[in-house]
Amino acid sequence: MAQSTAAPTPTNPAITPLPVRALVPWAVFFGVLMLVLLYFVGAEQGATALVSGEGVHEWVHDARHLLGFPCH
Amino acid sequence: MNSTVVRALLARGMLAGLGAGVLAFVFAYLVGEGPVDAAIAFEESGSHEHGEELVSRSVQSTAGLATGVLVFGVAIGGIMALAFCFALGRIGRFGARATAALAALGGFLTVYLVPTLKYPANPPAVGDPDTIDQRTVLFVLMIALSVLLGTGAVLLGRRMAPAWGNWNASTAAGVAFVAAVAVAMVVLPAGDNTPKGFPATDLWEFRLASLGVQAVLWAALGLLFGYLAERVLEPRPVQNEVSALVV
Repeated sequence: MAQSTAAPTPTNPAITPLPVRALVPWAVFFGVLMLVLLYFVGAEQGATALVSGEGVHEWVHDARHLLGFPCH
Repeated sequence: MNSTVVRALLARGMLAGLGAGVLAFVFAYLVGEGPVDAAIAFEESGSHEHGEELVSRSVQSTAGLATGVLVFGVAIGGIMALAFCFALGRIGRFGARATAALAALGGFLTVYLVPTLKYPANPPAVGDPDTIDQRTVLFVLMIALSVLLGTGAVLLGRRMAPAWGNWNASTAAGVAFVAAVAVAMVVLPAGDNTPKGFPATDLWEFRLASLGVQAVLWAALGLLFGYLAERVLEPRPVQNEVSALVV
């Protein structure tokens, strides 16, 4: 098998898509988790606040500015 | 089986995001902190009161900056990996690396470049704190619109491809995306609020640095993740007799 496919053509000519069913649970759970992370870097204690005070905002202050989020 | 593949790709996306975040942090520290400090100097020369410092500047520009950029990198890496899992094999005959590169390019365009053309990154002192709510909502809205329109354009291109051919279909989809984004940009309210007297050079350098941070992050993410994803999806072809013997 391996020898027969050792032609100069690169990798698989057609990659089979991953079934959506296998993807959805990961996409929902981790998608939300990742968005929460983005929220804490980009917007917490700016427009809205889940944690009181200014600690989160001040801690990620420079990253928020340089990544392009409105900071204050 | 497929679920394990998704899990492996997701983990590698976050790992690649962490690596890309490290590079973006180095760039941000070396190139971005100068303009940030210049903006803060302008802010303090005016009447604007900032109250007492909760986190010192030296911490903000090192540990704080690193935390923000790394967490951003991990989150973006995870989301891009999920988008990659969906795009793989569905956007044409692209292998793992090419799909990863395209996913990162698409992410850079729709999550950063297009939104920032309408609502550019602002250094400290630029932006009225009283309008932070409105500016945040508009910025998030612009990202959401841009991602939705970008996804729509890809779907449109795929739909047209059989009849129009890949080149024409991709061009038409690209034109449709630009036109739709242009309409969104015209309709949404302006977001400029640079204070009088803020040095134009500082503003330009800050925005250029911001563009650089994001470009480094997405480029590194696409390349690193492509390398890792290929190893997951296309286990090394038997390269020589030695490995063949081991098997």
